Amino acid sequence: MARAVSNRRKVGYTIAAWIIGLAIFFPILWTIVTSFKTEAEAISSPPSFMFFNWTTENYTTVLERSNYFRHFWNSVVISLGSTVLGLIIAIPAAWSMAFVPAKHTKNVLMWMLSTKMLPPVGVLIPIYLIFRDVGLLDTKTGLVIVLTLINLPIIVWMLYTYFKEIPGEILEASRMDGASLRDEIIYVLTPMAVPGIASTLLLNVILAWNEAFWTLNLTAAKAAPLTAFIASYSSPEGLFYAKLSAASTMAIAPILILGWFSQKQLVRGLTFGAVK
Amino acid sequence: MGRITLDKVTKKFGDVEVIPPLDLTIDDGEFVVFVGPSGCGKSTLLRLIAGLEDVSGGEIRIDGKPATDLPPAKRGLAMVFQSYALYPHMSVRKNIAFPMKMAGMPEDEQKRRIDNAARALNLTDYLDRRPGQLSGGQRQRVAIGRAIVREPAAFLFDEPLSNLDAALRVGMRMEISELHKKLDTTMIYVTHDQVEAMTMADKIVVLRAGNIEQVGSPLELYRNPRNTFVAGFIGSPKMNLIDGAEAKKHSAETIGVRPEHIDVSASEGTWKGRIGVAEHLGSDTFFHVHDTGLAETLTIRASGEVALRHGDTVFLTPQADKIHRFDAQGLRIA
Repeated sequence: MARAVSNRRKVGYTIAAWIIGLAIFFPILWTIVTSFKTEAEAISSPPSFMFFNWTTENYTTVLERSNYFRHFWNSVVISLGSTVLGLIIAIPAAWSMAFVPAKHTKNVLMWMLSTKMLPPVGVLIPIYLIFRDVGLLDTKTGLVIVLTLINLPIIVWMLYTYFKEIPGEILEASRMDGASLRDEIIYVLTPMAVPGIASTLLLNVILAWNEAFWTLNLTAAKAAPLTAFIASYSSPEGLFYAKLSAASTMAIAPILILGWFSQKQLVRGLTFGAVK
Repeated sequence: MGRITLDKVTKKFGDVEVIPPLDLTIDDGEFVVFVGPSGCGKSTLLRLIAGLEDVSGGEIRIDGKPATDLPPAKRGLAMVFQSYALYPHMSVRKNIAFPMKMAGMPEDEQKRRIDNAARALNLTDYLDRRPGQLSGGQRQRVAIGRAIVREPAAFLFDEPLSNLDAALRVGMRMEISELHKKLDTTMIYVTHDQVEAMTMADKIVVLRAGNIEQVGSPLELYRNPRNTFVAGFIGSPKMNLIDGAEAKKHSAETIGVRPEHIDVSASEGTWKGRIGVAEHLGSDTFFHVHDTGLAETLTIRASGEVALRHGDTVFLTPQADKIHRFDAQGLRIA
């Protein structure tokens, strides 16, 4: 009997999980479906889900009208660049917070996190003006810098949680063995933290890839990543839902694929330290 | 060479002084054991010598040269940790090679030393395994291997055997003692286990709350404990410490008699009591005796098999020349 009850419960949980999963995924699915409709079908009411004339003309038009690959390349450079730069800064920072904490380390960590709660628009004008004055507007370098700065708190926090799990005695042993601080971080800490660093890297590539506020406001044509490419299809006067959907699908496809193949790593990274 | 001198060394954590000014000299080639109850500062003292903690005052000298401000790597000491602290992402070979790699030693010399250490520690078949694939005893051997290849001025051991099971612990204890005889290098060994201290040490340092209570050879400490703390700490089972009228008869505040220095008789003796628990080990028999008219339960160690059991009435006589006398401060009266 006990077994039957637990099986019934299992089925219930599975169904609930599927419903929640589909609800979350539905907007993406709808975007993908819409991208294969004509503009007329895209706005028809009631909308059709499966039974319409599937077409790829939106993709052709979008590829003709915009330079998808330049935007794609900009996205790659900005997301990878900001993540790698962030890791280079965050690894030593998280090391010091995890292994040689000072009196106010916890406060510094909280303060760093609190900057994430600030509405970005609050600092848009000063940053815009600074960027204009130093010539960083519409440059990939400028975006790498700004995305590094906004994601740094998350990178430091994630690495900090990971590093906390590494026994301090192992680092002390390396110090006794003659390792300098640099050797200690390169030969001992980093290799031991590889799974943590990998999931931090993945998550931050995704966050930087999807970041739309700063990338839209600080770029024009040259450095515009895929977010700007999507936005260029949402004009105030036109209802180009199908083309917008095609552009969105093309913009999210790379990151969707990356996320799919790395989901185990991502889940482990995000729940690390939480389940103990 | 490995002569280590501590000169008025102190350590504070914030406002708490865990090591009050402390002087100690460890001679070259000596096997010194720091022993004491948990929280007595013995591990802190070892970490101060290692350089893993900074001293708050005083000076540490290694072979006469000031070492107080040297980083751990520059002190020429090797340490074996309680948790082994092996590098989990490296093979046994790379673990052992790590300190030599850091020192920039030529590859062929590294290889020679690894092979020698592996042979000495029975690790030859495991050199390409990761630490995670080894048993506790093997891991501890790797940690020792990593320490010996550097040919350090002294070895520091921080409770290295406490993660091992009892049988393995006895075996490793002997291996470490033999290693000391073979290498003839200074070793400083921290433990809370007085049996390890008694069996391994040339010199025992008994610590309590950061203070050195007594320094001496194992038998000196056993025969002439300087105070009641050392008397109670060294020796197993513990020395019986008796206060009150019985002590006054010996013109002392407290007297101490070791369990093995009390004779048991079924017919006559100084104290009469009833056996609470009798532990028959074969080689020895331990009795815990109540109702002697003294405040304390007495522990008696009788050699061999003795046919007395729970509830039996016994007579106990302390051996007159083996009674230790202590004053009101707990200090030994000569």
